[in-house]
Amino acid sequence: MLAYIVRRVLFMIPTLLIISIISFAVIQLPPGDYLTSYVSQLRETGDIVDEAELAALKERYGLGQPIYVQYYKWVSGIILRGDWGQSMEWQRPVKDLIWERIALTMVLSGISLLVSWFVAIPVGVYSATHQYSIPDYVMSMFSFIGAGTPGFMLALVVMYLAWSKLGMAVGGLFSEEYITAPWNWAKVVDMFKHLWIPVLIIALNGTAGSIRTTRANLLDEMNKPYVETARAKGLKEGRMVWKYPVRVALNPFFSTMGWQLAGLISGQTLLAVVLSLQTTGPLLLRALTSQDMYLAGSFLLLLSTLTVIGTLFSDILLAWVDPRIRLGG
Amino acid sequence: MAKPDNDTLLAQDAAEKGAALQEAVTEELPLEEEEIYVASYWKLMWWKFRRHKMALVSAVFVILLYLVAIFCEAVAPYDPEEYFLKYKMAPPTKIHVRDAEGRFHLPFVYKIDRTQDPETYRDIYNEDTSTRYPITFFVRGSEYEMWGLWKSDLHLFGLPVPQDEQGVFLLGADRLGRDLFTRMCYGARISLSVGLVGVLLSVTVGIVLGGVSGYYGGRADTIIQRVIEFIRTMPHIPLWMALSAAVPKDWPIVRVYFGITLLLSLISWTGMARVVRGRFLAMREEDFVLAARLAGSGEMRIILRHMLPSFFSHIIASLTLSIPGMILSETGLSYLGLGLRAPAISWGVLLKDAQNLRSLVLVPWVLLPALAVILTVMAFNFVGDGLRDAADPYAR
Repeated sequence: MLAYIVRRVLFMIPTLLIISIISFAVIQLPPGDYLTSYVSQLRETGDIVDEAELAALKERYGLGQPIYVQYYKWVSGIILRGDWGQSMEWQRPVKDLIWERIALTMVLSGISLLVSWFVAIPVGVYSATHQYSIPDYVMSMFSFIGAGTPGFMLALVVMYLAWSKLGMAVGGLFSEEYITAPWNWAKVVDMFKHLWIPVLIIALNGTAGSIRTTRANLLDEMNKPYVETARAKGLKEGRMVWKYPVRVALNPFFSTMGWQLAGLISGQTLLAVVLSLQTTGPLLLRALTSQDMYLAGSFLLLLSTLTVIGTLFSDILLAWVDPRIRLGG
Repeated sequence: MAKPDNDTLLAQDAAEKGAALQEAVTEELPLEEEEIYVASYWKLMWWKFRRHKMALVSAVFVILLYLVAIFCEAVAPYDPEEYFLKYKMAPPTKIHVRDAEGRFHLPFVYKIDRTQDPETYRDIYNEDTSTRYPITFFVRGSEYEMWGLWKSDLHLFGLPVPQDEQGVFLLGADRLGRDLFTRMCYGARISLSVGLVGVLLSVTVGIVLGGVSGYYGGRADTIIQRVIEFIRTMPHIPLWMALSAAVPKDWPIVRVYFGITLLLSLISWTGMARVVRGRFLAMREEDFVLAARLAGSGEMRIILRHMLPSFFSHIIASLTLSIPGMILSETGLSYLGLGLRAPAISWGVLLKDAQNLRSLVLVPWVLLPALAVILTVMAFNFVGDGLRDAADPYAR
């Protein structure tokens, strides 16, 4: 087990290296460099350009030097000093901007994931054990619709209905007075009041897919001889189902958790934009449209890194749950 | 008893030789079981697909959608950029078959009158039941260039009166008074073809790399698998957003379109490559491959003539299942303003009108492109599901 984990961790290193190169390439994509746009932005607003500050920035990012020097300065800044660069638009260090957003995103997505599993697993098991019954058909229909409707469209419709029928403006994670307020108990309570709509929409999407996975896997498992054996030994049906085939059928939940985690952080981007949630999505979109490239690049790097860690996490979990993988690999 | 035996042998032989011979044999053996026994692979697949009713209905729906997309100039009653100043934000025109006095007619619309609310200055559209306009098929209307090849002014349906007098807006008009149905027809062309073109690109790359990976194995396999694993660990949506934000804003529509399609297939080929690799691995050890090799077939011939046909149906199934993702991604990116931009028309671009909640309450029908996307995606999912079940017709 330990050897397996060590091997996986070692494999992460080249992956992270390539990811950082790609993220850096994204920073470089728009024509011109950070400094040029910064200076022109300052000139536009009529500010005086401080030559000393310019020189300091130039040195910090290695601008004007070969591309690999710039890359090295960017990466080493992140690794050695925790310096993610400067957001041009916000005039603040990137690291001040992203962490709260990422934390909020993870809270939102984590809760949604738990809600969707909590619903999907029992429903999926019921559907599989009562195949071709009316509830099974209803659930299948529901999961087809849920899987076919992207979250952001659902969000649009929910917002429209809430506004036109209930006169309620849904959207955002906080009431206005709390948006810039420092964290305190009242803010947390306020957040949970707003949280249920996005959670519901994300969970609905996730549930649909999870029901189908659970149902299909359990149906496969139910035909296997060990199930027959357990039955022949006189185990009660309900106990037998939950104790053996369900556990095997849930394997994909672990193996896809890495992607789920990635989806958690990045997948709800569109939905977050529609509902104007204070999560990573809208900030990344704004960074991209206003060519705030250090912010965008750092986001991409951070999101990818989290995905890689998520994949590692789920691989370890899977190996732990399923000895065939641990011993065979 | 010798004769039926002989016939069965003949049938088996024929099944391998070709469809023409086979049908003759099938006629001689009307028994249902024997018909199954001699049916070709594709016939079996069709029989199995036919049993999946939702898939069948969805397939018809998808074909209809593509027909609309192909012939959108003629199906749409107007020009997509043509705006009717008189009908800004006009609601969907009601189509009647029964007039105010209770008499039945062929489908018609009433004349629409515009009045203004004295307080809010909002336009209010009322029907003037004294004037009827019949809906006419194959009517002459605004001129267009079909596929950029020849000029025509024939439209599938419309009103037989000049456009300034009255228009028919099946799905309402937008804020500038453009017909939403027309724009959705044109949008279908881009939205639906992004899926096809993107999938074709990713299938080509996927088959080649997945094939190399699965057939040769060894170092090539290791490298390709690592690349695939790597691409799959990148977070898709942020990456797409970042790359499509980098598409220059002054590019012509066609180039942006191909750029975005290329971006989308950049990631999706990995799924296809995995499917193909799995199939190749499973099949490499099969007897018929060995037989072909012993018979002296070249490698290309073994792959193309013997292996590819036997998992072709699986490819089609997973191909169908990957189209919806493409359509959704394009819609999402365009909705965010990162994909295609006006004046290009796609369902995502049209949905941008639905971004403002306040205007959405006044013109709720601008949400309809979302419905089109959802229906399309569901239809593709059903078709793909049916194809996947049918892909292995020998399985019970």
